[in-house]
Amino acid sequence: MLRLLTLCLAALLALVLPASAKDKLTVYTYDSFVSDWGPGPKIKTAFEATCECELEWVAVADAVATLNRIKLEGAGSKADILLGIDSSLTAEASATGLFEEHGIKTENVNLPVDWTDKTFVPYDYGHFAIIYDSEKIKTPPASLDDLVNGDPDQKIVIQDPRTSSPGLGLLLWIKAVYGDKAGEAWTKLSNRVLTVTPGWSEAYGMFTTGEAPMVLSYTTSPAYHMVAESTDRYRAASFPEGHYMQIEVAGILKSSQNKPLARRFLDFMTGPGFQDHIPTNNWMWPAGKTSDALPDAFDKLVKPAKSLLLSADEVNANRKAWIDEWLKATTR
Amino acid sequence: MQRLRTSGPKPAVLAGAVALGCIGLAVVTPMLALVAVAPAMPDLSADYLGFVWSITKFTLLQAGLSTALSVLAAIPLARALARQATFPGRRIVLRLLALPLALPALVVVLGLIEVWGRQGWISTIVQATGLAGPLNIYGLSGILIAHVFFNMALAARLLVASLEQIPPENWRLAAQLSFTSRHVFRHIEWPVIRSALPGIASLVFMLCIASFAVVLVLGGGPKATTLEVAIYQSLRFDFDPPRAVLLAALQLALCAGLFVLGGRMATDIAVMSGVGKPARRPDRFASRRTDALVIAAGLAFLALPMLAIFLSGVMAPFSVIVSQSVFWQALTTSLVLALTAASLALVMAWSLLAAQRTIMRRRTPSRAASAFMSCMQASGSLILVVPPVVIGAGWFVVLHRTGLANSAAPVIVAIVNALMALPFALRILRPAVVGQAQIHDRLCASLGLSGLQRWRLVDLPVLARSFALAFAFAAALSIGDLGAAALFGSADFVTLPLLLLQKMGSYRSVEAAGIALLLAGFCLFLIWLAERLKPGEQNS
Repeated sequence: MLRLLTLCLAALLALVLPASAKDKLTVYTYDSFVSDWGPGPKIKTAFEATCECELEWVAVADAVATLNRIKLEGAGSKADILLGIDSSLTAEASATGLFEEHGIKTENVNLPVDWTDKTFVPYDYGHFAIIYDSEKIKTPPASLDDLVNGDPDQKIVIQDPRTSSPGLGLLLWIKAVYGDKAGEAWTKLSNRVLTVTPGWSEAYGMFTTGEAPMVLSYTTSPAYHMVAESTDRYRAASFPEGHYMQIEVAGILKSSQNKPLARRFLDFMTGPGFQDHIPTNNWMWPAGKTSDALPDAFDKLVKPAKSLLLSADEVNANRKAWIDEWLKATTR
Repeated sequence: MQRLRTSGPKPAVLAGAVALGCIGLAVVTPMLALVAVAPAMPDLSADYLGFVWSITKFTLLQAGLSTALSVLAAIPLARALARQATFPGRRIVLRLLALPLALPALVVVLGLIEVWGRQGWISTIVQATGLAGPLNIYGLSGILIAHVFFNMALAARLLVASLEQIPPENWRLAAQLSFTSRHVFRHIEWPVIRSALPGIASLVFMLCIASFAVVLVLGGGPKATTLEVAIYQSLRFDFDPPRAVLLAALQLALCAGLFVLGGRMATDIAVMSGVGKPARRPDRFASRRTDALVIAAGLAFLALPMLAIFLSGVMAPFSVIVSQSVFWQALTTSLVLALTAASLALVMAWSLLAAQRTIMRRRTPSRAASAFMSCMQASGSLILVVPPVVIGAGWFVVLHRTGLANSAAPVIVAIVNALMALPFALRILRPAVVGQAQIHDRLCASLGLSGLQRWRLVDLPVLARSFALAFAFAAALSIGDLGAAALFGSADFVTLPLLLLQKMGSYRSVEAAGIALLLAGFCLFLIWLAERLKPGEQNS
């Protein structure tokens, strides 16, 4: 037994490869970004072709976890860049004092809203949406109000705002539309909620296995099914009140040892070398020009007439209170 | 060697102390590190305390009910399985009992929904009969179904192992006295079950306390908030380490309190250890029909969700999955991790048990010895309710400060997995080790056998079966574990459950289902392998 144990420990240590010594840029991000099928590996190749450097991705579970990792590491972080937090977290991230102004020109950045943040640079965006199964629902909710007041037997699965970004997104969406009446809206909506999952994966899994005909996801979700599975069975419901936005951003850490290279990466990020890999790998809208037109599937997606976005400071200041409001309204 | 042993505490006791120290260090260090990273007074407003009180009540309610149901259902199933020692497929059934634990909770939850959900198999049948509308399990009932699914199998497997320790002489005696099934239960089975029950029930209880994904998904929403959810939220979303540590400490203290209460009720009844194959019991004919019924019912409950997982998995594009290098990397990492963690868990478990055995031999153990003993017993349970998210984040802080974060991560993950598997290993080994001691202690003393010699010649051959089972459980548990591995993310360190989750998180649920199936397959393989590799067989 002891011999086996020593052997195993040695094997474990061997799994951790020694790092090479080249001019290196370390970028922290969430794990689906750098998975084999995500945009990470392709972006690494593209960026390394433009510089005499090595791009190292360090993947942490999800966007919130990446920021926590930075907080845990403090000023001693070996990250040069944090990539992947979204617009509801930027104020919290800035407040740590660990990030510095990006100092790059952002004329390539193209978003449905104005972007003035001096610390973080956007690289993609999406709108939250209710995705429905068109084989089960013939008349999808025509508006957010329709969703809130609709048939309680027609169920939806949503995510928990305490543990998941889309969950927080819906919380902010309802806040942006209903304001002070958000609590009442939640009480009504909770009649239609089959269950609340801790993350996006559980909810979407329940949706695709047919347990619920509606799920909270992104307007871009149907594009995946059209491109990868050639089916338009899953569609997004378009709401005239507008759709809440999620903008994903990257920022440079003060503690970075290689700021010129970091800035060069952010600059590269806004151009086609990076943006080309976003639509069909990250399944989000690019926040800059791509070399070619997007696949046809993206033309068929719901394009919200109105983009909703609360200011990062407002979100940061009220998140706890709004979550309490949600808890009160839905546990009644 | 012999000379060294004459003075000071015995090496077995020392080994136990070292193991206990390591466990304490592994748990307390991260908590302190987290407090140090953001030293602030956590929010203790009346509002928040009221919230904590309400989730504490719910946590205890769901864990208590889940434990009671799991254990109550496990007793008849274990009795039936122990009684029928020879039916075809029995070994497969026993192996399947270890499987639910090895699968990531998310996979099991989706399997359960496929069977019990609103659009599930049972709901469809019920609706077809026109008797009722669609089933709605979301709420307490959903949590209970899932927890019974996970833990009835576990409890039954552990009980079967205990019942199989009953020596054949007892059965011969029972036959001579023409015991009825009730007599057998009262005089032979119940004492064994009773002595194993506190350990098993506390294990199940702790597992239910620590359950996270199951509670949120099947609990139907924020009404079903548990302490574990609040801990996760305060560390992950609010980034309030002091609060997370405080809640974790509360959860730990709560369980420690219950453990002390439960410990009072538990009595160590001497279990005579049988050697060799499970006995062919004389009462196996009389109860054949009811046993078949009980086993079939238990099996249906356990097998249907597994069948659902299987069915969604077989359709997966396996050629795509195995063509990805990341799959093989994840598989290797997972296998190495599982074997390391299981070996480590067994070494720790043995150290703790050998120390306990040595202390129990003394007629009048000193106060310190008794306290040491209780600590060793408690540590083996309480480790389960220290949230992995706290251990992971805390260790990360420690390692980062020392600059070892990347190279030490896999070792820490293995240690955390070993700690999580320790309670299982302890419960499987303990009855056998204690029973062993009572039979062989005098003999060994008179022959002058001790230390390694005794271990090799006496302990190992007799305990081989328990060791194999403990190893299999520990390995299965850590191959399916996600918690620890997910905390030290780095692109090079991917385990199978992590890969599965990544696939699910990016629309590839079909591939994920295929990986789940492969994961289950590897688990069964590990269990089968552990049964093969009984170390005792090489010696005899």
